[in-house]
Amino acid sequence: MLSFDGLVAVCVLYVAGLFGVAFLAEKRAMDGKARWLNSPITYTLSLSIYTTAWTFYGAVGSAARSGMEFLTIYLGPTLVFIGWFWLLRKMVRIGRAQRITSIADMISSRYGKSGGLAALVTVLAVLGTTPYIALQLQSVTLSFEVFARPGALGAPDTEQTAVWVAGGLALFTIVFGTRSLDLNERHPGLVSAIALEAIVKLFAILAVGVFVVWGVADGPGDMLARIEASPVSDADWNGARWLGLTALSAFAILCLPRMFQVLVVENSDERHLATAAWAFPLYLLLISLFVVPIAVIGLSLPEAGSNPDLFVLTVPLGLGREGLALLVFLGGFSAATSMVIVAALALSTMVSNHIIVPLWLQATRNEDPMSGDMRRVALMARRLSIGGVLFLGLGYYRLSGGADALAEIGLIAFLGVAQVLPALLGGILWRGATRVGAAIGIGAGFAIWAWLLLIPNVAETGGLVPSMLDTGPFGLFWLSPATPLGLQATDPLLTAMMLSLGVNTLLFILGSLFSFPSPLERLQGAQFVNVYDHSRALLGWRGAVGTADDLLIMAQRILGTSRAGRLFQDAALAQGRSGDLPEPTPDFLESLERELAGSVGAATAHAMVAQITGGASVSVRDLLAVADETAQIMEYSSQLEAKSAELSRTAARLREVNQKLTELSVQKDAFLSQISHELRTPMTSIRSFSEILMQADAVDDAARTRFSRIIHDESLRLTRLLDDLLDLSVLENGLVTLHRGETTLRDVLDRAFYAAGAMEEGGRIAIRRDAAAEQVTLVTDPDRLTQVFINLISNAQKYCDAAEPELRIEVRRGSDAVEIVFADNGRGIPARQQSLIFEKFARLDTAKGAPGAGLGLAISREIMARLGGSLSYRPDGDGTRFVVRLPLGLSDAVAPRSVAE
Amino acid sequence: MARRVFLERRTYRKNRLQDAARLLPVLGMILFFGPVFIVEDTSGQAGAGMAEWLVYCFVVWVVLIAVTALVSRALERSDAPPPQAPSAPAPDRRA
Repeated sequence: MLSFDGLVAVCVLYVAGLFGVAFLAEKRAMDGKARWLNSPITYTLSLSIYTTAWTFYGAVGSAARSGMEFLTIYLGPTLVFIGWFWLLRKMVRIGRAQRITSIADMISSRYGKSGGLAALVTVLAVLGTTPYIALQLQSVTLSFEVFARPGALGAPDTEQTAVWVAGGLALFTIVFGTRSLDLNERHPGLVSAIALEAIVKLFAILAVGVFVVWGVADGPGDMLARIEASPVSDADWNGARWLGLTALSAFAILCLPRMFQVLVVENSDERHLATAAWAFPLYLLLISLFVVPIAVIGLSLPEAGSNPDLFVLTVPLGLGREGLALLVFLGGFSAATSMVIVAALALSTMVSNHIIVPLWLQATRNEDPMSGDMRRVALMARRLSIGGVLFLGLGYYRLSGGADALAEIGLIAFLGVAQVLPALLGGILWRGATRVGAAIGIGAGFAIWAWLLLIPNVAETGGLVPSMLDTGPFGLFWLSPATPLGLQATDPLLTAMMLSLGVNTLLFILGSLFSFPSPLERLQGAQFVNVYDHSRALLGWRGAVGTADDLLIMAQRILGTSRAGRLFQDAALAQGRSGDLPEPTPDFLESLERELAGSVGAATAHAMVAQITGGASVSVRDLLAVADETAQIMEYSSQLEAKSAELSRTAARLREVNQKLTELSVQKDAFLSQISHELRTPMTSIRSFSEILMQADAVDDAARTRFSRIIHDESLRLTRLLDDLLDLSVLENGLVTLHRGETTLRDVLDRAFYAAGAMEEGGRIAIRRDAAAEQVTLVTDPDRLTQVFINLISNAQKYCDAAEPELRIEVRRGSDAVEIVFADNGRGIPARQQSLIFEKFARLDTAKGAPGAGLGLAISREIMARLGGSLSYRPDGDGTRFVVRLPLGLSDAVAPRSVAE
Repeated sequence: MARRVFLERRTYRKNRLQDAARLLPVLGMILFFGPVFIVEDTSGQAGAGMAEWLVYCFVVWVVLIAVTALVSRALERSDAPPPQAPSAPAPDRRA
């Protein structure tokens, strides 16, 4: 018979072996050699932490007490896994895409990186897991007791055993669970140790099963007959419980923190799921294959003792198979330790990321975020959390004193963590799920579960049942956990399950329907639900606020110097800045945040990057600011467009003007040469004739008189030319003085025709007038108007090139103005030059050689403008048509400057 | 032309295979839960004894595992780029 000390020695050796395997695996993983670590088989075996010591030992007990019911715990996960393609694949993909570190992180990430929600889920997970850890400690101590009972040393101190086991597990978890901070680097040592333990427990239970079926019974046939005959078959069959418990265990495998840890976080390759989908159900099948036979044999063997929960151990022990019993003991030990290790790791990640670090950040909010080593803080927080979780479990175990009530806690814990399910499923399948809905759903479900199941169980475990639980608080009967809503519930677990999950789901849906998600939530929602469409995150930082230096210092504290350095170097290279720090572009900030999220959780990483970059996530205000900016830019660009259109219009005008100027310049040059010629001709004759006159003896009187007249005429011509120029300048500068008086158009025209010499018999041009129409009274300056008419008449005389030149005067009277048209039957003015005729110095090509300086029309137009009328050229049919327009009566608009004088 | 039809058929098969993978839990639920409604109210083992029940459950379980394994294998194969498909019609085109 193995002594207690011997048993302890075996345990120590076994644990040392686990340490060795873990160390070896870590080392080989670091060298990149451990291919078997990355195999789907290792992944499947690590999932076996689902079968804890509670199921390892307890399944047989459950079968002995309630028959088939034990199977539900395995059928639920089987249904989930064979449907891996629908749900698990999505969870794993999201977990990898978003660098999720725990179930709380998953929920928090989905609902806008909410810190509060993460903390709530963490509390729920701790409350649901602590009793479970106590259960494992109980199993280990009980199995120790079983072995020690027949031993010479007497009963060991069970309390002390539990303390030692808890301490050892804490050490193991800390050593292999918190060596690296980034959970995405995973824990190859831990996983390989767990895989080994999975093999040990499967082997142990199969060995007992084979021994029972072929060693004790006479093969499968005999076994089935024994089952029919056994009291096991008399157990009540309850369809509701069969369905309910299967569903509950299906929910639990999705939500249990430790399952999430191995299923999603430790997953190194999504394709492993395809194998685990059938291999894990197969593992569960093998584990449960011999449960009923062992129970049946145990019940029929008096040596097996009275506690069916320990039949796995007591059956071989009672039949003297000590080696087998030792194997079973190690199997149970493996089941307990692997569960505790992973649960402690998962819980510590959640507690440190979602409770301790946020609190620490809050406490040091006013300090420089780069002071203090975040990496050390996070690691310490995690180690303390592992110790804390195990300490809580131990405390709970001590409180319960190994009471039977502890056994019930397994399913109660399942229901506790299953409260996360509506938010989890809703989060990855429904984009409309919101943080508010998730928070009130989980909160309400949690409260109902705690009141109906957890608190009564804890009270019972602690041996005290306050009357409040029996009669309901404040004497409210319907609030009592035993009779919720006044129902005489036959099955407290199923009742609580329906109430808590029902209310949870209902509130989650209603809360989601009636609340409005933040922009970040909506982005994350789309990323979760449509994870297959875009595996890249869209979450944006506005960037450029934080400096790369600060970010590097912070990243170094969390990721370690070399990793952070590499990360930044890669980013800089990707931005094409070799040997320099990367620009804090939104892309880079996003990837950095995700990198940090692997170490400290999404919400915390977000908060830390926000502290440095200054922009706390993308708030509605930020989005509005961006929208404003866009609107401003659009407005600015439309303004620019308008300006550019205006500019092009101006440019077109300028081009036009420029063309005109060029033409004018040509005209001016022509005019200057013309005017020099005009001035020079009279000057030359004046000079030469005066020279002749100076030689007095050479000329007679008649010649002198003739020469003097020529000099006089030429002087007059010069004077006239100069007068014209002066006149124009005076008119243009508005210095002219008008002498207005009442007159008739006819008088003015008569004067003009006489002055132009057109009325003389045998005049060059025929005149056509309408005397009646000309009887119009005008208030104007008659002299100036006559000047205009003279100019037009003499132009016609000079330029009309018809064979029988004719000038027609038409008078058209309007209501407030009169139009006088001077139309001749000549060739008219070419279109190209029509715009030039009113310019100063303009002389048409046809006018070459004709006398005049080209100032007449310019002067006339100025005069007409002063008189409040206008002079224009109207290309209208044959000939040249000038139109003089005069207001009837003296208009106010007439030459304000001249009036002022 | 022939090649395109072949690919479409392939895609169609792949999609149905994925449907099958998604619907497996339904098959499991029918098989596991169905008997509950049929053999209800027998308060024990009138319809079937415990041993029969046990054998039924394990047989269903094994069948489900086997079907899942087959479907998962097929899914993995359909995910991998087809090594034969593109080259197979090539000789036809040359001919």
